[in-house]
Amino acid sequence: MLSNNRKNSVITNNYSAVTLNLFYFLSFLAVLSALLVVFSKNPVHSVLYLIITFFSIGGHYLLLNAEFLFVVHIIVYAGAIMVLFLYVIMLLNLNKETEPHKSNLLKVAATICGGLFLIILVGSLKGAESMIQVQNSNIGYVKNLGMVLFNEFMLPFEISSVLLLAAMVGAVMLGKSEKPGVNN
Amino acid sequence: MIPIEYYLWLSAVLFTIGVMGVLYRRNAIIIFMCIELMLNAVNLVMVAFSNYLNDSSGQVFVFFIMAVAAAEVAVGLAILVVMYRNTKTTDIDILNQLKW
Amino acid sequence: MDMLVSLVPLLPLLGFLIIGLGGRKLHQGVTVAVACGSILIAFIIAVVLFFNLSNLPADARSISVTLFDWISAGRFSASLGFLVDPLSSLMLLIITGVGFLIHVYSVGYMHDDEGFNRFFSYLNLFVFFMLLLVMGSNYLVMFVGWEGVGLCSYLLIGFWFKNRDYTNAANKAFIMNRIGDLGLLLGVILIFVHFGSIQYSDVMAKASTVDTGMLTLITFLLFIGAMGKSAQIPLYTWLPDAMAGPTPVSALIHAATMVTAGIYMIARNNVLYTLSPGTQHIVMIIGLATALFAATIALVQNDIKKVLAYSTVSQLGLMFLALGLGAYTSGIFHMATHAFFKALLFLGAGSVIHALQGEQDIRNMGGLRKHLPVTFITFLIAVLAISGIFPFAGFFSKDEILASAYAHDKIVWAIAFITSLMTSFYMFRLFFLTFSGQARASHDVMHHIHESPKSMTLPLIVLAILSAVGGFMGVPEALHGSHWLNSFLSPVFAPSAAVAHHAEHLSHGTEYMLMGVVTVLTLVMIGIAYALYVSKKQVPAAEGVATSAFHRLLYNKYYIDELYNAIVVKPLFWLSVQFDAIIERLGIDNVVNTFGNSVVWGSRAARRLQTGSIGFYIFVMVISIIVLLGAALIGL
Repeated sequence: MLSNNRKNSVITNNYSAVTLNLFYFLSFLAVLSALLVVFSKNPVHSVLYLIITFFSIGGHYLLLNAEFLFVVHIIVYAGAIMVLFLYVIMLLNLNKETEPHKSNLLKVAATICGGLFLIILVGSLKGAESMIQVQNSNIGYVKNLGMVLFNEFMLPFEISSVLLLAAMVGAVMLGKSEKPGVNN
Repeated sequence: MIPIEYYLWLSAVLFTIGVMGVLYRRNAIIIFMCIELMLNAVNLVMVAFSNYLNDSSGQVFVFFIMAVAAAEVAVGLAILVVMYRNTKTTDIDILNQLKW
Repeated sequence: MDMLVSLVPLLPLLGFLIIGLGGRKLHQGVTVAVACGSILIAFIIAVVLFFNLSNLPADARSISVTLFDWISAGRFSASLGFLVDPLSSLMLLIITGVGFLIHVYSVGYMHDDEGFNRFFSYLNLFVFFMLLLVMGSNYLVMFVGWEGVGLCSYLLIGFWFKNRDYTNAANKAFIMNRIGDLGLLLGVILIFVHFGSIQYSDVMAKASTVDTGMLTLITFLLFIGAMGKSAQIPLYTWLPDAMAGPTPVSALIHAATMVTAGIYMIARNNVLYTLSPGTQHIVMIIGLATALFAATIALVQNDIKKVLAYSTVSQLGLMFLALGLGAYTSGIFHMATHAFFKALLFLGAGSVIHALQGEQDIRNMGGLRKHLPVTFITFLIAVLAISGIFPFAGFFSKDEILASAYAHDKIVWAIAFITSLMTSFYMFRLFFLTFSGQARASHDVMHHIHESPKSMTLPLIVLAILSAVGGFMGVPEALHGSHWLNSFLSPVFAPSAAVAHHAEHLSHGTEYMLMGVVTVLTLVMIGIAYALYVSKKQVPAAEGVATSAFHRLLYNKYYIDELYNAIVVKPLFWLSVQFDAIIERLGIDNVVNTFGNSVVWGSRAARRLQTGSIGFYIFVMVISIIVLLGAALIGL
């Protein structure tokens, strides 16, 4: 009996320690790659760093028991959106030399702005410690999420398909190159 | 478990980095990517709260944000391509005709 | 009964609306029927009311009708009500009766005028307002009528509006009236403040409780209103200029009705005036001064209507003298008889002007006796009446006033006496120069001359009869009469008699002596006038001929108009020029322009924000988000 308790407590402690370490590692990775997105000179490098950021945020989702969202996140963001970005960058043939720069004054001003912004945000999120924590909630599992999505949120779900259709049509219309004398 | 304020601070930092990126860079594509970064920070907060309050509407909202972000990227990049076609550059400071 | 009372002012109002809305296209016959018909029916109702009233005992001799509560605001409440008591019933008879006759006369006089319908609509409107004035049961209704008759007099004086001089005369009349009205309004406001109500019944009942100083102020302010409306010094100069209007207008408004509004008002407020001997004194002095003043000017005037105008001012002065002496019944009596013979004089003058195709200068008249017989006879009767010859109307009324003056103060009597002598002199001068002797008018005018149509002569005849026998309503006891008017009007003036300080009575012997002296000397004046203008065939000098300085002074009306122009009109114009240049241009315009300019300047500054560069826009966006969040955080 005694040994079982000890085993349980060890397992519990280890479990939370592992989770915390994982959290630190993932957040460090996310912040670092975000900074590199902003400060790297080559746009292609920025894209790659952004992909790493997305993966780490996806890892956070897993930690939060949101497995369906993790999968969707990877597929949509890292799979589709970043690929689009890469296509466009390749199309426009952007590289390090063609990168425009801002003046130093503006860079300083931007830094100050960003600092202020951070202070404001952190200050506004101050009183959040008194939240009740639920252990191992299971709303992130596919079945449970699907139940909610297709019952309560049926209408927005269907309308978002219209949204995607509109975006598709818009993108095609905009992207067409105009030939003289051709009537659309 | 991990206290919720850790997630809030993390997402605040990510959001701020996105804002600074928008202010810092002049290349339109980088600005776009920083916007995506901001959206992701918001997503993170949403999922965190949804987990901690056991309310699934947070995750559903994230779902829709992702759908909208995808649509927005598609159209935005198309506009960017048109802009490049007309001005041969992706510098946003070129587009300053709508002034007094 | 209530219905009948409300119908009296309603009928002329309906007449005004029908003719006014009908416009120029309305057939002349319809206009005549509606206009004269409404006044005739109103007159018949007034007669019915009069008989009803005389049958009532003296202390209950009034009919009060309240139509509705008009204003009710805090402590102030006023209703639209009518009061028919002996005083107002007498005025009703005069207004509707003489008004009807003048309406009939105007049918003939204005026959060819293109503004025929407009004229009758204005006349009906005037009668409506005048009826409101005399029938009102509180000061507010009276004030409405007061202002309304001022308006109608402006409309009617400036009837031939295409002539600049006539419209100036109309302006003058209206503006001078308004100056007086200010005094009236202040008086009414003070009455409300001190009495708490503006109903006549409430005010008269509480009159003795208010202190004399305040009463004196109130009555003086009310008298200022009377000064303007009834053309006393110093607000009289509008009345001679008002002769610019058509002659029926002068007869109706400036002889019989509107100018008597002041007399009516003071008679109505007799209790207040008896309790303020100071104001009574002022009324008497101003009345006397005006009477003398106007009579002297009338001695040398050469326009037939101007003579009659100054005569009106003078007679009004005599009426105010009577009121100032506390002889209210005499004042009303003289007002009634004056309405008859003055209207007759004006209508007769109109007949002469009509016959001579617009000639108004008596130096170009004469020899009309054979051609205008009816006008001649009726004019003679009127002139005899105004001179105060027994047994015509003017004798009884004027004699009463002179008797009261004699009992009060010999000097006052002496001045009034001289005024009466001058009155008879200039009236007979007018008469002789107009009708007798040789014709001085041009040959084709005399060729076309003819007596006026029936519509014009019939009213003349009726008024002549009234001037002849009208005096018998007030035969004094000295001549073995019962003075019916006194007993009829007694309930109106009884409260005044109750608080009067002293009663003056003359012995019959003194009265006979006064009557004798007046009659003899009046006949002497008539004799002098006859000698000058008939025997010696003197004609007043033509324009431009040199005359004595005294004559020039009188002829130019003591230069009072020029004096007013210099003292009042020019400074006002200068003041308004200053207002325009300084306050309007520099002040108000600048302020308004500054507002407009600041908008332009602000937007010019604000448009610099729109640089067009996206980077700048994003920057501003982020900064605003920071500010907003910060404000929300701090808790603004």
